[in-house]
Amino acid sequence: MAEATTELLTTADGRPLKAALAAAQSRAKRRAFFLVLPLLLFVLLTFLVPIGYMLKRSFEHDGFASTAPALVAWFEANPDFDPANPPEEAYAALVQDLARMQVEKTTGLSGTRINYSVPGTISLFKKGAREAKDLTPPFKESLVALDADWGRPALWRGMQSASHVYTAEFYRVASDMKLNDDGWARGEDNERIYLYLFFKTFLISGLITVICLLLAFPVSHLLATLPMAKASLLMILVLLPFWTSLLVRTTAWIALLQEQGIVNDILVGMGLIDDEGRLTMMYNMTGTIVAMTHVLLPFMILPLYSVMRVIPPSYARAARSLGATSWTTFRRVYLPQTLPGIAAGSLLVFILAVGYYITPALVGGADGQLISNLISFHMTKSNWSLAAAIAAMLLAAILVLYWLYDRLIGIDRLKLG
Amino acid sequence: MKKTLILTTALVGFGFAANADVTVMSWGGAYGAAQTEGHVKPWMAATGNAAIMVDSDNPAPAIKAMVEAGNVTVDVASVEYADAIRLCDEGLLEPIDAASLPAGADGTPAADDFFPGAVTECAVSTDIWSNVFAYDTTKFPEGPTTAADFFDLEKFPGKRGLKKGAKAVLEFALLGDGVPAAEVYDVLNTPEGVDRAFAKLDTIKSEVVWWEAGAQAPQLLADGEVAMTTAYNGRIFAAAVGEGKPFQIVWDGQIYENESYVVPKGAPNKDLAMDFIKYATSTEGLRAQAAHISYGPPRKSANLEPIIYAGDGKTEMGPHLPTNPANLTNALLTSSDFWVDHDAELNERFQAWLSQ
Repeated sequence: MAEATTELLTTADGRPLKAALAAAQSRAKRRAFFLVLPLLLFVLLTFLVPIGYMLKRSFEHDGFASTAPALVAWFEANPDFDPANPPEEAYAALVQDLARMQVEKTTGLSGTRINYSVPGTISLFKKGAREAKDLTPPFKESLVALDADWGRPALWRGMQSASHVYTAEFYRVASDMKLNDDGWARGEDNERIYLYLFFKTFLISGLITVICLLLAFPVSHLLATLPMAKASLLMILVLLPFWTSLLVRTTAWIALLQEQGIVNDILVGMGLIDDEGRLTMMYNMTGTIVAMTHVLLPFMILPLYSVMRVIPPSYARAARSLGATSWTTFRRVYLPQTLPGIAAGSLLVFILAVGYYITPALVGGADGQLISNLISFHMTKSNWSLAAAIAAMLLAAILVLYWLYDRLIGIDRLKLG
Repeated sequence: MKKTLILTTALVGFGFAANADVTVMSWGGAYGAAQTEGHVKPWMAATGNAAIMVDSDNPAPAIKAMVEAGNVTVDVASVEYADAIRLCDEGLLEPIDAASLPAGADGTPAADDFFPGAVTECAVSTDIWSNVFAYDTTKFPEGPTTAADFFDLEKFPGKRGLKKGAKAVLEFALLGDGVPAAEVYDVLNTPEGVDRAFAKLDTIKSEVVWWEAGAQAPQLLADGEVAMTTAYNGRIFAAAVGEGKPFQIVWDGQIYENESYVVPKGAPNKDLAMDFIKYATSTEGLRAQAAHISYGPPRKSANLEPIIYAGDGKTEMGPHLPTNPANLTNALLTSSDFWVDHDAELNERFQAWLSQ
């Protein structure tokens, strides 16, 4: 460094050069920012806001808290009451709230909220609300006489939990917990489904990613090394299914693989199997994996191809000329250079597969339920909070995988094309 | 600034003018077409009002989202019965004055003319559709005739198609197990009853092909993948009458359900919407819809004379409708109260059972 030049460099009008440059650049930066502003707003409005709203719904629900003020106040004053035997004032507050719900037409709203953790509550609330104004003290006896369920400890626990606007209840339900008379506990064996489906979804997605990689790697290599004219033709064949509707492709697989389908007909016609022994390749796990692999294959081929195309063939030749076997050349020289493509393709295929549900629902039979199917079920049955909680857990799991990926491979090595 | 304001006002004004059409939201496809032909067009011709039909793959979540966002653009929506009840309970629908519904064509007051459960606080039924089972007559000339036959693998060997979901499947299992229709929901309301339904399903589980979309059921039957399958009755009608497939519906043990028109809270043309619903659910309106699709009109007076299928101009709809008296001998009306309470719980159990 030239330490002798202590004198500041200045512009013609005497301002320090550094400051003048910064001023000029900040103007340019502001202009550039205005150019990206539309996209920024678009992403904010169509992506971040809905996701934030969804996440909020997964732990916030005021369906009961806002419709039962007397009981909410009582729960606040008596947080340690005995759910197995709530006192008369609690029942009095409940009856007061039920009468209020009947007038304000909020029975469904509050009943639905409790029903999320204590099934059977909606009709209980409706019946209770209809009768509430005719009930006489002692309210405990008269309510329990109306329906014994009013004395259930689980119901009182459910109402206490729902009296808070913010709750972890939906995450508990999404982790196969059930609210029973003694509090939250693991559900019965024949009721647990969510964690199993999470596990299955990730397993199948992982399997499909591996199969896609094995199938796509040689094809991409061929595409990258063929002369341009032939490569383009092959590329069209790869992309053709990409341009066809998802449902059409799924239905085509059904027509091919079902028991009375084309593949089985051909096998029977050739005498390889007899008519009784037709193979079951559809409406089970096989069908799901075949159809999803086909749908997702282009997402693996395209990033691999774009990476392989720019790997100079001279590297492999150099390795061979220095005495490496063809396997060593592949393993030590070629494969490491394709890693960014493998990483990008696998990430794409895996994340798409995790969110799939139409294909497995149509071709998967009894095995064809993935976690997204249950998200969709709860969306249409208007339990949006539970759907949001499951979706948030799925999102969290994917973010963890993404973080792991970043630690192991490095996100800067990702190459999408 | 002032110029912008004027321009905006003009645009909003124009927007309002364009919105004076009554917007009806239905399910699209053959069903939406039947309501367009049977309700929307005749109402426009009769009253001179404008109306448009928009499609949705399920109008209920759509109007829930609209009302909650405070931006309602739909005046009338066709929703499933359970959704009509649920949305009404949540205060998302306008109440409909049952007393204002017109009397039947034969003069019967509306209250007596409609089937039980067809008119509720916020909804008026437009049609009754049904979960039935059907078989291929070339495979079983002596065909199955009862719900119990569906579960009899010895007498009627072959694979079975069943809808992948708890609703209507659990009831069907109990009907097949000999529970009388009137007691099905009492039984299903107990843990033992639920176990009993799953135990009945266990007897055919290995032979079941599960379908998800309504169109899959007739396709499975046509491809010979299954010997018999549960299905929505309209789908089998379309395949049998429309495409001439040798399919026969078994009405014993049918589980039927109302489909209703509702008015979302804050609908822009509420009064016109009410008028539209009165017209569409009159004897005449209901018959007009049933001429286009094999879903039964929920008024007694609308089932009296034969309805002729508009598709070919000669098929009598009577035998194909769930509401035909001959088809109602062992039939179950879906209980929306039961399913509103237990839908999530039983679906979790069903999914867990499937994956065992």
